[in-house]
Amino acid sequence: MAGIFGTHIDFRLLDRLSEHDTAVHRLDPRAKVLVTVFFIVSVVSLGKYEISALFPFFLYPATMIALGNLPALFLVRKTALVLPFAVAIGIFNPLLDRHVMLHAGPLAISGGWISCASIVTRAVLTVSAAFILISVTGFPAVCGALERLGMPRAFAVQLLFLYRYIFILMEEGKRMSMARDLRSFGGSGLGMRHFGSLVGHLLLRTWERAERVHRAMLARGFTGEFHPRRPCRFGVREILFILGWTALFLLFRLENIPRFLGRLVTGFFL
Amino acid sequence: MADALLSPAVGGAMWAVSAAAVAWSSAKVQSDMDERKVPLMGVLGAFLFAAQMINFTIPATGSSGHLGGGLLLAILLGPHAAFLTIASVLVVQALFFADGGLLALGCNIFNMGFITAFIVYPLIYVKLTGANPSRRRMGLAIMLSAIASLQLGPFCVVLQTYLSGISELPFSAFLFMIQPIHLAIGIVEGLVTVAVVSFVHQARPEILESALDARPAGNHPLRRLLVSFFVAAMLTGGIISWFASESPDGLEWAIAGVTGQEKLAGPTRGISAALASIQEKTSFLPDYTFRKTVKSAAQPEENPAGASDGRLGTSVAGIVGSLLTLGLACLLPFMLRKRHEET
Repeated sequence: MAGIFGTHIDFRLLDRLSEHDTAVHRLDPRAKVLVTVFFIVSVVSLGKYEISALFPFFLYPATMIALGNLPALFLVRKTALVLPFAVAIGIFNPLLDRHVMLHAGPLAISGGWISCASIVTRAVLTVSAAFILISVTGFPAVCGALERLGMPRAFAVQLLFLYRYIFILMEEGKRMSMARDLRSFGGSGLGMRHFGSLVGHLLLRTWERAERVHRAMLARGFTGEFHPRRPCRFGVREILFILGWTALFLLFRLENIPRFLGRLVTGFFL
Repeated sequence: MADALLSPAVGGAMWAVSAAAVAWSSAKVQSDMDERKVPLMGVLGAFLFAAQMINFTIPATGSSGHLGGGLLLAILLGPHAAFLTIASVLVVQALFFADGGLLALGCNIFNMGFITAFIVYPLIYVKLTGANPSRRRMGLAIMLSAIASLQLGPFCVVLQTYLSGISELPFSAFLFMIQPIHLAIGIVEGLVTVAVVSFVHQARPEILESALDARPAGNHPLRRLLVSFFVAAMLTGGIISWFASESPDGLEWAIAGVTGQEKLAGPTRGISAALASIQEKTSFLPDYTFRKTVKSAAQPEENPAGASDGRLGTSVAGIVGSLLTLGLACLLPFMLRKRHEET
């Protein structure tokens, strides 16, 4: 029970982070969406045996966390929670791919371990990029940006609607679940049969709510459009933001920075 | 599906397919749907999140499950509105729970939304229920549809993972691992959906009846479906080949995909490929004349039988460089912020 309620609380916390007011938060959402897309594509386009080449990419999440004044530990914990899936698939690589690729002294490391580590590193980078996008931009702004970038209006309205009701209905689901748990001694009533009518009731209430919402919206003159609170402007800051990060990601993607740095340091001392 | 297991070619192609489906459904919903459904779709999407807060125990296993809900939405809303609703739920999950990730979003929308709404619903559910279904017949149709969508979806996950070539899992082994589990999940999902639908049927039959009457996909001719599939396939192929021609990884993948033999690609993926890639990456250093020792450390790489100390040197350089980069990348921004705050 604690698990899913925990995610619910995290959900709200993540949503709240977008209310901060920092230089990164103030950027046009479109710039942040584009940089995130470019970041993810650069990361996943690296070869499967790359680990060290992925490391420079940590600069992006770290910079955004620092500039956006985000709680680093919270985001690290949230990212860690999502990793098991990548680990579960990646862990088969060491079993299946046993070519020795690397010697670190007496230790021979197989290609499988390298690609497994690469999968996990990718997962950390891509997952944190998604969390960072949402916590420096906020969901409505991301939707607005996507709409301006060509997403159909109907889908944007759907996303905004969903977002408005998600918290309310999750609260309702939580209350129902807790009420049922408190009444079910020894696990009776937790089965599928009662679940059908419980969720059915929730569904009917939701349906009626939708009808009420629709009437209320019509009464207020809804024409199929939401109006965002923050006006967005695509200026010099946004262009610099995009160009700067894109150039860095290209550099990270095309040149192996860690190898260069390693050579520089060991070459200096050895 | 997760970003970490996807190659950009596969992820991009699936994004294109899903985006096209979203655009098509949006146009469809805007043109021929009564506008009462606009808030209904949004609120029902939120309902899925709420329903997932309520677990039930699965008999004889002791574990608990929750409603997936894609099929339920298709039954209640029809395919286009249901597809948009499922897609919107997946967008929220990708952003707030990082379920899958942003690149994998295209795959996930296809695997869960497109398959349920545009393949299973019109081809299985609608065909089986017919014009005026009895409750038993409807139950059977729901069960089969749930199982089918939870078999096809994971099948696509396996296919996408295999085509991406990041995971080493062989196609058949992964398939055998994932399909039986999803058979069980499909049965549970079917039972739960039947329970909810029959409750709604008893309490407010008009909701289901209007859904049965509307049914825009019911009279979809097969020809149109096939044409749209063909277009999707062309789009996918075009995008993949475009990516493939740009990067050698993609090319290698494409060759493996065409010949259908994982083994063929085997030797090129192992030591020789690794060495080739190391060689490729280090080749910029010989031209780079900042230090003589570096040059000699890089040279033994070019013949694998070479001195092991040279290889050790490269490893040390690699590890030191990696750790240094990681440390700098993670800590530098915070150090800069500290300094900024102090001044």
